[in-house]
Amino acid sequence: MKEYYELIVIGGGPAGLAAAISAKENGLNDILILERDQVLGGILNQCIHNGFGLHHFKEELTGPEYAERFIRELDGTGIDVMTDTMVLEITKDRTVCAVSPKYGYLTLKAGAVILAMGCRERTRGAISIPGTRPAGILTAGAAQRFVNIEGYMVGKRVVILGSGDIGLIMARRMTLEGAKVLACVEVMPYSGGLMRNIVQCLEDFGIPLYLSHTITDIRGKRRVEGVTVSKVDENRRPIPGTEIEFDCDTVLLSVGLIPENELSRQAGIPIDPRTNGPMVDESLQTQVPGIFACGNVLHVHDLVDYVSDEAARAGAAAAAFVKNGAANEGYRLVKTADNVGYTVPQKIAKDAQQVQIFFRVRRIFEESVIEVRSGETLLAKFKRTHMAPGEMERIALPKVLLDKAGDEITISAKEA
Amino acid sequence: MKQFVCIRCPRGCRVQIDETTLETTGNSCPRGAEYAKDELTNPTRTLTSTVIVENAVIRRCPVKTDRPIPKPIVEDAAKALDGMKIEAPVRTGQILVEHFMGTEANLVATRTIGKREDA
Repeated sequence: MKEYYELIVIGGGPAGLAAAISAKENGLNDILILERDQVLGGILNQCIHNGFGLHHFKEELTGPEYAERFIRELDGTGIDVMTDTMVLEITKDRTVCAVSPKYGYLTLKAGAVILAMGCRERTRGAISIPGTRPAGILTAGAAQRFVNIEGYMVGKRVVILGSGDIGLIMARRMTLEGAKVLACVEVMPYSGGLMRNIVQCLEDFGIPLYLSHTITDIRGKRRVEGVTVSKVDENRRPIPGTEIEFDCDTVLLSVGLIPENELSRQAGIPIDPRTNGPMVDESLQTQVPGIFACGNVLHVHDLVDYVSDEAARAGAAAAAFVKNGAANEGYRLVKTADNVGYTVPQKIAKDAQQVQIFFRVRRIFEESVIEVRSGETLLAKFKRTHMAPGEMERIALPKVLLDKAGDEITISAKEA
Repeated sequence: MKQFVCIRCPRGCRVQIDETTLETTGNSCPRGAEYAKDELTNPTRTLTSTVIVENAVIRRCPVKTDRPIPKPIVEDAAKALDGMKIEAPVRTGQILVEHFMGTEANLVATRTIGKREDA
């Protein structure tokens, strides 16, 4: 049993797989992936719908197919994998404690660690829906697992709260399996999901989308018997007199994802409250040297293709850290201003080459412009024809441009 | 003029198409023009679902049509999979039903599933 690895990757989903493969390609030979499930692939295994891989593989794949491409790439690389292995603790000096039925309690040391634990769903408790507490209220992802992996149907008459992508995908999935999806209810005045999912999951099946509405009551003793849906005002407060009753047996929640950072917090890694993920530099290194983060544990992505790309950058950076150690000439901070909710990375090394910055806008924009400033100086402008909070934005800043900046750059968005 | 939101990729371009000339605007790539044309004349969708898999460690095998099928038959096609059983082992891409629902499309497995050791 080895006790030291050049790199330990925590999580064997799309981020962990791409990170490990990239680290190998960038010269590391001694890599371990720790995965708590019995198989690799993470959430992709239950995402049986297609639409994955258009950017990365230039073809349209289902989730399991996308995962399998990466799992197959592991073959012959010598990358070690331990499944059924739960990481209990990581420390700043890159000690990883884990437990598995096969090996018992493990204490491992690593030259670098990549955090790739993904995210989990917000539940009813997180949004405090009034009403009774009967059976039949599930997160959309839990329902997806029951239907697609376990083969259980979770309900017959369904109301979906939230219009995140998983909720939209499940609206279609439940319909195709014979359920009646009565409504998708979204508290915001716009959908949180991708436009294409609104079209092919709701509109294709005539499922109404109620924007600026929320569930204000759940009824039922043993099983859900019905819900009340109310319109909300601009402060998201229910408007009396607008109630609509739905006779349903199931409520699916698609109300947001939370990066799963218990291990990161415990290790003392600073977390950005806007992303709920670690603060990172352009190499995806957290504030703790030698510990990197990528995928949904860092910030919630809309597309797995972007997770794979990000994870590959983390893998390359971790390999460079193991070979060369930490070295840089200080940082520039990346700040947000008008209408930009967060950025990743949150800081950029002063000697960085071209840097990609990912962010989300706070509301919907049509003809618009993204501005990059340093103090009063406008460094760059990027035009967009459409931006929405549900769609991650990306800009690339070349070194020549970054060299003109002071100690901070600020990203903002406005109408053109 | 009719407007469609292109679903060929996650970008979701809003494509306007002229019903008589089939000229398009608003698409940012040729796939958008093609999509709007298809959506106007012959809309299609890829069906993804699952079937029962026996002698395996998991209970369901994910499947898809290996090309899009006409949109009006998607719901019937999903129903046709009810109760369908296959046997492990199965490989990704393996054809399970040729000319599914009388279309050009085959129904294929989308996950490689090994045989259970005790099966």
